[in-house]
Amino acid sequence: MAKVNYFLSEEQQMIVDLTRQIAEEKIIPVRAELDKTEEFPWDIMKDMAQADLFGLYIPDEYGGLDGGCFENCLAVEQLAYGCVAVTTTFAASALGGYPILLFGSEDQRKQYLPDIAAGKKLVAFGLTESNAGSDAAGIQTSAVEDGDYWVLNGTKQWITSGGEAEIYTIIAMTDKHKGPRGASAFIVEKGDPGFSFGKKERKMGLRASSTRELLLNDCRIPKERLLGRRGLGFIIALKTLDLARPGIGAIAVGLAQAALDQAVRYAKERIQFDQPIISFQAIQHMLADMATEIEASRALVYSVARTIDSGEKDIAKLSAMAKLYATDAAMKVTTDAVQILGGYGYMQDYPVEKMMRDAKILQIYEGTNQIQRNVIGQALNKEYAKK
Amino acid sequence: MKIVVCIKQVPDAKTVRFDTEKGTLVREGVEAVINPFDLNAIEAGVQLKERHGGEVTVVTMGPPQAEEALKEALALGADNGILLSDRAFAGADTLATTYTLAKAVERLAPVDLVLCGKQAIDGDTAQVGPGLAVRLGIPYVTCVSGLSFGDDQKTLRLKRSCEEGYDMVEVEIPALLTVLATINTPRVPSLKGKLRAKKARIPIWSADDLGADHGMIGLAGSPTQVVSTSVPKFEAKREMLQGTPEEQVDALLDRLEEAGIL
Ligand SMILES: Cc1cc2nc3c(=O)[nH]c(=O)nc-3n(C[C@H](O)[C@H](O)[C@H](O)COP(=O)(O)OP(=O)(O)OC[C@H]3O[C@@H](n4cnc5c(N)ncnc54)[C@H](O)[C@@H]3O)c2cc1C
Ligand SMILES: Cc1cc2nc3c(=O)[nH]c(=O)nc-3n(C[C@H](O)[C@H](O)[C@H](O)COP(=O)(O)OP(=O)(O)OC[C@H]3O[C@@H](n4cnc5c(N)ncnc54)[C@H](O)[C@@H]3O)c2cc1C
Repeated sequence: MAKVNYFLSEEQQMIVDLTRQIAEEKIIPVRAELDKTEEFPWDIMKDMAQADLFGLYIPDEYGGLDGGCFENCLAVEQLAYGCVAVTTTFAASALGGYPILLFGSEDQRKQYLPDIAAGKKLVAFGLTESNAGSDAAGIQTSAVEDGDYWVLNGTKQWITSGGEAEIYTIIAMTDKHKGPRGASAFIVEKGDPGFSFGKKERKMGLRASSTRELLLNDCRIPKERLLGRRGLGFIIALKTLDLARPGIGAIAVGLAQAALDQAVRYAKERIQFDQPIISFQAIQHMLADMATEIEASRALVYSVARTIDSGEKDIAKLSAMAKLYATDAAMKVTTDAVQILGGYGYMQDYPVEKMMRDAKILQIYEGTNQIQRNVIGQALNKEYAKK
Repeated sequence: MKIVVCIKQVPDAKTVRFDTEKGTLVREGVEAVINPFDLNAIEAGVQLKERHGGEVTVVTMGPPQAEEALKEALALGADNGILLSDRAFAGADTLATTYTLAKAVERLAPVDLVLCGKQAIDGDTAQVGPGLAVRLGIPYVTCVSGLSFGDDQKTLRLKRSCEEGYDMVEVEIPALLTVLATINTPRVPSLKGKLRAKKARIPIWSADDLGADHGMIGLAGSPTQVVSTSVPKFEAKREMLQGTPEEQVDALLDRLEEAGIL
């Protein structure tokens, strides 16, 4: 069967094959159980570390593989074919790691990136608070200079891998009166005085991923933990999200592909009215739309990721498009997959109900899809003003 | 410690079809993979190396495409791969296969440990491991499901699984082991390993490189004729004797007398 030729290099194909192997051998056999128990997938993280995946986006000099946004997308697409929750844990580590890679000093990079690349330490990214979600500028967590230290106070909410990660990049207000220029980014380590973890959330989907509160109570960290310059906090957060969002699009593609595969296979086997249900045009049309939207999503995600890797700097709009389109498609595809499996699709004996529950988060985290539309809309407004 | 792992490329059980008329595997268009038990043998070798130091060399006799299997073994942590490939090797039965493999292991001497899978999932004879050990003149233990080194780094303590239970055996190296799937969980390959493997040049040893007697290899060295194949039925009675060794011996004597053997 002809597949779209995305002109992958041999190395890129290798990444695809290896991550697919991990999905099939290590993730799919345990995903239902992990979903049920909400257990953190440490064993799989170890397999991913052994496979060098955590170093994909990290430069060679820090023990990584020198890959870019595209390599990362290829990997998470295949991993998400297995399970979005497990893949989110993996991807969140990159989300937390990008600020150090992009804005860290040479000392900070040398200190943290090798352990991150080797998968010895997971990273988490802490921006959201109870009263500051889409409106990130509303964060209340503060950081105050005190001699050779910064002292952080506040509560971060819904932080992926909270409690499990060793390294946290935290956005906190350093100069409230300066508004958007008043935030800064910090590296906080598990075990720092005054740093602890609050409640672990129980969720509709994404259940094997840990989502937890971070409690900063006079958390005292050395001065050198400031990332970039004072006041760069939101810029660091935005640049990080711009780079990470195509990855969420890629997760959506992998998930949707898995749902389509389930749906087609089922439709060929399920007999009603003396024929396989795939012979009904209503079913065929649903499958046709699903397959087409998946391929369109993949093409968009890949093209955006490659554009980013080509050195393009103005990526906010493109990366929002990749996230928006692919995750909306995944929601629709997984919902239709449940529909095609009928009552069986609604049962936990089949994997599509989990896929549908997991798809929903992709439209919410790393910026809701409404916010992606805002980003795209604002970019258009600016673009056309120039002309 | 120098470890040699013998691996075989076999048709992927996931994609293989069986020609019921001819009673043979349809090999055309089927992907080749490393024999599953041999993945365990590689993992066992790499774990020993990680724990005790040394070097793992993977050897396969096969067509030029078998280079892929060796490269995969490198990505799984092996240090070197050697491909035994020569038109003259074609049509080898287990007798010729073990001769060829023995020549290669001798060329790699001194070797401390040879690891094989319990059996190949296509040929299925489980003869290559033992046959190779006999040719090399070293002891062998089959169906190993656990292993560790004694303090002297010379004696291997092995768990040898059998149908009802297991034996604990010790063997001094150099030795040959055939391993079961339960011995370990093969690791996933690493990307760095795969990249290294991609660039690796795999030496190819021919019959003449091995100094092989052409009458002992390939079709010429293969007296086996497969007349027919069938699945053996286990009809024999089995009984486990319980109790102290004395009680077991007494019970055994009773049984032998009952059977009219004594
Ligand atoms: C499972 C999970 C994991 C997460 N992991 C992390 C993490 O690791 N790190 C982290 O920092 N955060 C994390 N988050 C937080 C996540 O990024 C936020 O939930 C998200 O940004 C939305 O914020 P909110 O939930 O407060 O929604 P709100 O901002 O309250 O939005 C509510 C609704 O209003 C809409 N809305 C809001 N503003 C506008 C607007 N201007 N225009 C149009 N519509 C608007 C939204 O689209 C949404 O539909 C996680 C969240 C979840 C659920
Ligand atoms: C196309 C084809 C045609 C054949 N024709 C004949 C024939 O005409 N007559 C005949 O008797 N047999 C024939 N065979 C079978 C062949 O002889 C055996 O496959 C081979 O000798 C190995 O035996 P086995 O597969 O039973 O391996 P086993 O003894 O079951 O394998 C045990 C272990 O030995 C090692 N090992 C086995 N083979 C190799 C190898 N090539 N290189 C390195 N290590 C190895 C592996 O560690 C393996 O796990 C043919 C096989 C093929 C693929």
